[in-house]
Amino acid sequence: MKHLALTAALMAPLPALADVDPADWDAVQAAAQGQTVYWNAWGGSTTTNDFIAWVGERVAAEFGVTLEHVKLTDTADAVTRVLSEKQAGENDDGAIDMIWINGANFAAMKEADLLFGPYAEQLPNWALVDVESKTVQTDFTVPVEGYESPWAMAQVVFDYDTDRMKEPLGSMAELLEWTAANPGRFTYPQPPDFLGTTFLKQVLVDVLPDASVLSAPATDETYDEVAQVLWAYLDELTPNLWRQGKAYPATGTAMFPLIADGELDLSISFSPGAASTAIANNELPPSVRTFVLDKGTIGNASFVAIPYNSGSKEGAMVVANFLLSPEAQARAQDPEILGYGTVLNMDALAPEDRAVFDALDLGVATLSPAELGTVQPEPHPSWMTRIADDWVTRYGVAQ
Amino acid sequence: MDKGLSLRNVVISKDGASLVSVHHDIAPGDVLTIMGPSGVGKSTLLAFITGTLAPAFDAQGTVCIDGQDITHAPPHRRRVGILFQDDLLFPHLSVGANLAFGLRPGGAQSTRLEKINNALDEIGLSGFADRDPATLSGGQKARVALMRMLLSEPCGLLLDEPFSRLDAALRAQVRDMVFERARARLLPVLMVTHDAEDAQAAGGQIITLA
Amino acid sequence: MNSRRLPPALPVLTLLAMLGPVVAGLWGTLLPAFGHLPAAGLTGPSLDPFVELFDWAGLPRAAMLSVTTGLGATAVSLLIVTLITAGWSGTRAFRLLERMLSPLLSVPHAAAAFGLAFLIAPSGWLARLVSPDLTGWERPLDLLIVQDTWGLTMTAGLIAKEVPFLLLITLAALGQTDASRSLAIAQALGYGRLTGWLKTVFPRVYAQIRPPIYVVLAYSMSVVDVAVILGPNTPPTLSVQIVKLMSDPDLAMRLEGAAGALLQLSLVIGALVVWRLGEVAIGALGRRWIAAGHRGRLDPVIRQTALGLGMISALTIFLGIAVLAIWSFAGYWGFPDAFPDQLTFRNWLRHGPGTLEALGETALIAVTVSLVALILTIGCLEAEYRYGLPVTQRGIWLLYLPLLVPQTAFLPGLQTLMLQVGANEGRLPVMLAHLVFVLPYVFLSLADPFRAWDVRMGTVAAALRASPNGVLWRVRLPMLLGPILTALAVGMAVSVGQYLATLLIGGGRVETLTTEAVALSSGGDRRAIGVYGLMQTGAALVPFTLALLIPALVWRNRRGLWRG
Repeated sequence: MKHLALTAALMAPLPALADVDPADWDAVQAAAQGQTVYWNAWGGSTTTNDFIAWVGERVAAEFGVTLEHVKLTDTADAVTRVLSEKQAGENDDGAIDMIWINGANFAAMKEADLLFGPYAEQLPNWALVDVESKTVQTDFTVPVEGYESPWAMAQVVFDYDTDRMKEPLGSMAELLEWTAANPGRFTYPQPPDFLGTTFLKQVLVDVLPDASVLSAPATDETYDEVAQVLWAYLDELTPNLWRQGKAYPATGTAMFPLIADGELDLSISFSPGAASTAIANNELPPSVRTFVLDKGTIGNASFVAIPYNSGSKEGAMVVANFLLSPEAQARAQDPEILGYGTVLNMDALAPEDRAVFDALDLGVATLSPAELGTVQPEPHPSWMTRIADDWVTRYGVAQ
Repeated sequence: MDKGLSLRNVVISKDGASLVSVHHDIAPGDVLTIMGPSGVGKSTLLAFITGTLAPAFDAQGTVCIDGQDITHAPPHRRRVGILFQDDLLFPHLSVGANLAFGLRPGGAQSTRLEKINNALDEIGLSGFADRDPATLSGGQKARVALMRMLLSEPCGLLLDEPFSRLDAALRAQVRDMVFERARARLLPVLMVTHDAEDAQAAGGQIITLA
Repeated sequence: MNSRRLPPALPVLTLLAMLGPVVAGLWGTLLPAFGHLPAAGLTGPSLDPFVELFDWAGLPRAAMLSVTTGLGATAVSLLIVTLITAGWSGTRAFRLLERMLSPLLSVPHAAAAFGLAFLIAPSGWLARLVSPDLTGWERPLDLLIVQDTWGLTMTAGLIAKEVPFLLLITLAALGQTDASRSLAIAQALGYGRLTGWLKTVFPRVYAQIRPPIYVVLAYSMSVVDVAVILGPNTPPTLSVQIVKLMSDPDLAMRLEGAAGALLQLSLVIGALVVWRLGEVAIGALGRRWIAAGHRGRLDPVIRQTALGLGMISALTIFLGIAVLAIWSFAGYWGFPDAFPDQLTFRNWLRHGPGTLEALGETALIAVTVSLVALILTIGCLEAEYRYGLPVTQRGIWLLYLPLLVPQTAFLPGLQTLMLQVGANEGRLPVMLAHLVFVLPYVFLSLADPFRAWDVRMGTVAAALRASPNGVLWRVRLPMLLGPILTALAVGMAVSVGQYLATLLIGGGRVETLTTEAVALSSGGDRRAIGVYGLMQTGAALVPFTLALLIPALVWRNRRGLWRG
């Protein structure tokens, strides 16, 4: 018997999978009751923080789940933590129950078996998700396979102050000309900030004659070729950046006060509705509008993932499912609140839910879905890791 | 058992050098004055008797009060009262509370209050119980300090340059009061001073240290 | 003799609380730095972490920044404090500065840094106040002031915070030197006030304030929150880079971080050695200067300059808090408007609830840690009194030791170590980590008044049959109510200001006003930063105010205990 038990223990799959079946939703909800979910999410945006606090109130009232927002300055912190816990043998009740994640962090965690799942496609509200036209089943070309659940769509837009800049730009080449004529009036967040690296990717997607090379993992040859194009572009751009590129804003939201003060005329954002929200909060002047490039801009989804060693997986799934509810999605899309794009398929919604979305005033600065145009896919994560590293060496340590 | 304060073969030294050496019995109501310039270790002797001698000093000999050896007793069990040149009234307590601090514990609240009022009457400070000690004159403070000490019913009294801070007019008055009370209560008194006039007024034997 | 015996456990416990985490943390740093982190499946020894660290292109500059900002901030603050004290001690202007000390000291570093940034940035309040009328600026200049490549703004921020600290320390030292008489004699010999003071008093004062100066140097070289807010980013200072490496998802980075932490430690040791050599050199020059007998012709000019610099450094902090307050109530506030279009409570309504939650956590930690530190401190001081233990210079250095080891050298190691032994991060470990920093300050704050207490009071009380504990509780502690509350307030201010200890040891789960405020810095929302910065300042300032008010109220009828 002893031997049998030992063998069973050794052969058991990840303990994470043993204790909960996402498909049995009633059991999930029952187990979630009374659990505390530590959601590690970037805490640099006060509007996002407010939204997460609201989610906390709602899931507490409806499902008895206590949600604690652990405010991160860098999502990588959460990844480190789970990794360290695994090294330390903390397999049952880690500090983190849910992470706002995507891209390289997701790829790293999935690769290292640090995630619970698959669970996302078993969530009841998955039926409402727009799997056709929103990139929710791949994350930076990495297949999601149910290891993270989407909750918001993001797409690159450029914010500009129409009082100082009359015409929107159509391409990255035009940006180069414009900055030469208006030095010091544009910048981007310092890589490896995700918006900063997104700007670098956006340059490549727009400037490369054939961007399809980016969807495959980078090899030494393809990388050298592509990187050369990028460095040539940046070498020309950098002297005309804000502060001549000797300093960069830490994040995207840090550029709002710079526009408000008139230091910048133009900045980049990963949230089409953020400018409208910032205008409502007095953080941006009412003259700010947004535009996308002629060839379209990069878009991706924000997800939530559950670490394999969470002690409150059921509670985390309940929160993930709530984030997909029309109520939460409509609130997130409201520019007065958050201004994030929804991941839901409008056609799948009940008429009364759809009416809520239709009634939303997206805000003066927000482009309609049609105006947002083509969404360019994210390059494979391998590109970004290398580009971000080399960027630091070339531009991140002032000469 | 002998009443009084006895110092038997007391030798206090520091780093091997002897500072004070005394062998003397002080009878109840008597005064022994130790004279000498400052810095010769007069106060060290008093610290030895009160049990507060700094560890840097070596002390030999015994101290007995009313025949009981208190050489190694903790300071608060020695029943020896002390007055310094400063009144050292507790600044955070009222005059009455200062006196109550000296009063032995026990007894009804009303009895204690009565004792304190009687004590204040005795030193001519009736109605001063609630006063802030800092608002008293020098002479008044000295009287309260004396009375506080007497209320603790000590079996012996030590005086460390007790009158040197008082001006000439007050000095004689306070001095007389202290010696008078000590005599009335039959307390053995050990005074250290560098003031010849104080030593004369004490009326007892005088040992001069060099 | 039994009743004289206080549990000698307290001094031992105090040493353990102060030095234990530092030693453990250094150990936890040392092993990974040489490639040994069994939890990550890596066993050393190997030099790879150092190889990788030195491969980072930003290292020379990051290390240099750490040294220049640290030495610069320390030297300039010391210079300002010395010259002000030399030129002005005992005057009315000096007493005014003295009165501003407590509020200046209690402003947390992060809040002061934010205030400075909001003041002197090209779009800051100073530029707004004079634009466009005086300057003609309709738009802010494209000037790299905040986060400048040389770390000058960061140095300025550190100076503004270290000047009040060094001034406080200098005042305490002045009390123990016969300064006024020396100065009188020097002046009678025809020396200028400043030159006379420098030649006669300064050498004695400096000998006393040397340990805290070393602390300022070690602190300035390894500070993280001020560097994040005001320091450069291309590259950042070494300490910021260490924290970044420590939170990278790649565990190998943690080894590199540990190597960086050791480098940081050796840089601090090296800088201390350089400083010591500088002391010797300046001492030699100074003796020649004294022997030369110059009476100080430039004194009036230097005096005015020093006062001006001191006032600017104080004003920077006060104006910084003012601009934080304005931002916290600001509606839309475009450049170059001197004031917002409208004032609104909207920001407070949005961020108020969040700050209250963080305030609760902050207060809980600060009060608990300060009380524990106070009990340990009183235990040590009382044991020193009862056993007649001598106070040695070595003992004083021991107190400063935990403050001399750079935080970035031992806190990451402590975090790694805690993970390895399976200890959960949370409030309790954070409190223990805070205690390392709070204890020395509480001790230093209370030790002088405690030791200055007239021990004859104790003798009298014992003669009145009060037991040793009776003397402590009924006489000594009540008489020291004011200094005790001040020490508590100092401890709370130190705890409120802790950033790295809370962040690393709390594993992100412990959210205080300081961690929240610094986290906001990357988002750049000035209104939110205003609200959090103001709350943070309040959390540190209120205890100081209470420490002044409570004794004044309790002892309103006890003139003997009025201070000053």
